[in-house]
Amino acid sequence: MNNFILEAQQITKYFHDPLTVKVLDGVSFTINKGEFVAITGKSGCGKSTLLYILSTMDTDYEGDVLIDGVAMKKRREVQLAKTRNEKIGFVFQFHYLLSEFSVVRNVMLPGMKLNSLPEEQVEARAIERLRMLDIENLANKKANQLSGGEKQRVAIARAMINDPDIIMGDEPTGNLDKKNSELVFDIFKQLNKEINQTLLIVTHDQTFANRADRIIEMEDGRIVRQ
Amino acid sequence: MNYKLIPGIAKSMLLARWRQTMVAAIGVTFSITMFITLLSFMTGLNKLLDGLILNRAPHIRLFNEIKPNLHQPVNVAAGYKNHYNFIQSIKSSGSRQELYNSGAIIQSIKQDPRVAGIAPKISTQVFFNDGAADVVGVVFGIDVQAEIDLFHFNDYVTSGNAIDLKNTANSIVLGKGLADKLLVNVGDVVHLTTAKGETFLLKVVGLFQSGIAEFDKTQTFASLATTQKLLNKPPNYVTDLQVKLYDLKQAPAVAKEYSQLFGADAEDIQTANAQFETGTFIRTLISYTVGVTLLIVAGFGIYNILNMMIYEKMDSIAILKAIGFSGKDVKRIFLLISMIIGFVGGIAGLFFGFLLSSIIDSIPFITAALPTVKTYPINYDPRFYLIGAVFSLITTYFAGLFPARKASKVDPVIIIRGK
Repeated sequence: MNNFILEAQQITKYFHDPLTVKVLDGVSFTINKGEFVAITGKSGCGKSTLLYILSTMDTDYEGDVLIDGVAMKKRREVQLAKTRNEKIGFVFQFHYLLSEFSVVRNVMLPGMKLNSLPEEQVEARAIERLRMLDIENLANKKANQLSGGEKQRVAIARAMINDPDIIMGDEPTGNLDKKNSELVFDIFKQLNKEINQTLLIVTHDQTFANRADRIIEMEDGRIVRQ
Repeated sequence: MNYKLIPGIAKSMLLARWRQTMVAAIGVTFSITMFITLLSFMTGLNKLLDGLILNRAPHIRLFNEIKPNLHQPVNVAAGYKNHYNFIQSIKSSGSRQELYNSGAIIQSIKQDPRVAGIAPKISTQVFFNDGAADVVGVVFGIDVQAEIDLFHFNDYVTSGNAIDLKNTANSIVLGKGLADKLLVNVGDVVHLTTAKGETFLLKVVGLFQSGIAEFDKTQTFASLATTQKLLNKPPNYVTDLQVKLYDLKQAPAVAKEYSQLFGADAEDIQTANAQFETGTFIRTLISYTVGVTLLIVAGFGIYNILNMMIYEKMDSIAILKAIGFSGKDVKRIFLLISMIIGFVGGIAGLFFGFLLSSIIDSIPFITAALPTVKTYPINYDPRFYLIGAVFSLITTYFAGLFPARKASKVDPVIIIRGK
């Protein structure tokens, strides 16, 4: 038994609209537990597309994805949703908090969905995560009252609530200024070091990528260097 | 999954757009209110109109019709058994309108378990003498107590007291129109002449209004004994037996049976008043159609608002899916939103429907035709409330189903990428 958290096997994907274009061409790689991996490449090289496939949200591809040793290709929608809930944490470029909820409720949502702990404990864990990221004072604010940097940190806290096997980020600093980008990056680094969190971050920010453990560079749907 | 989670999310989404939610719920409230009010009012009116005739009509009437005898002597005679007999100028043979052996018939009908009650009746024509004028009238001899119990006789006696008819000898209740013609009031005495030429003096103890003015100009009521005296007949003389059954629907069958058993004519209420059921049915049908249409229109309102909400919440749906909510969960959230709107709007609708009905119920509605009715009639049938409640949930379920399905199929990748 190896300790790959994530394994991509010959992933190939086409876009059909307006013309059939091959966006990913036989991409294979593995990520070990506790690795901090950055995927870089120019705009349009397929790195985000790859991330959505790895995250199980995109199911229209050839090849297979193994998360924690389990093949995803043949699983049903409900099972995939459960996998995302349990094993994957997400951080997006545009932070995507639910504006109807307070910060702490936002962080709690995946935990409530998982439902392995009673509500009070999920809440305690959410507060703990917020404290780790130094934003526990925001807990009771509405999501739309926060600044961009704060929102992104809340999103990271939400990604961590279920202690996922892997946190995936799609340009998590792409929408932030330099200072906040630094901050977010430092948080990722800290998580990686302190709790051995596995991270897979897609970015076109080369300075960001350079600070990761490992860089996967893509071009035209292929991995050119890793 | 935590069973409180989905309702919690639905609630938050509803409260975040509470104005839209209100508009949708008010749509449901309005339609349920109108549904309840319309049906209560319509069936109230129906009941009133039917009651006008049906309450007072016996379910079965036993009498002797004036008609030619079915068994003509020549047909019965043994010598002409195998002949074709042509008989001309047959005359009706109903010289006797009396029901034969009425006492025994009454006894045996009273023992029938299907029968709620029986009221004997005599009718005879008389002239009321008012100075030089003679006014034609009909006297109905009735068993006052039975008539009150079975046919609500006292409801139609607008002045005086119905029961005095029984307690006062030689008394009469006049139709309002007739009393106006004769210029008499309660306590006065009227002269009348019977068909056989005898003259009587009767004391007026009450006036009645049937709701049908033409009747009130000719009809009068007296006790059985008084009428028998007018006709110079013995106390067992009865021309009509009015039977009321527990179950109205049995009337045709029972009528047929009695007709054979007692050798008299028997008419059931369905035959006598066929038009009323048709009218009632059509009116009820129209009310239901309008009510259901209102609900469906409200359903479209909810459909629109939910559709809009889903476009607004695309981001939220995408994020919910990304963090592990399945399409089914998302569908449940939006269905629940719709059902909450339906439930809250429906409950409010039932309440306002009741309120509006009771307001209508207290609006004065006074008409000479309906002496017992003082306000608009309302039928507070709990069935309407049940139908309204069930239907509000069903419509909102279907109104929510299609938008919810759409939401469940939202592809999070497209939304997240598209920004």
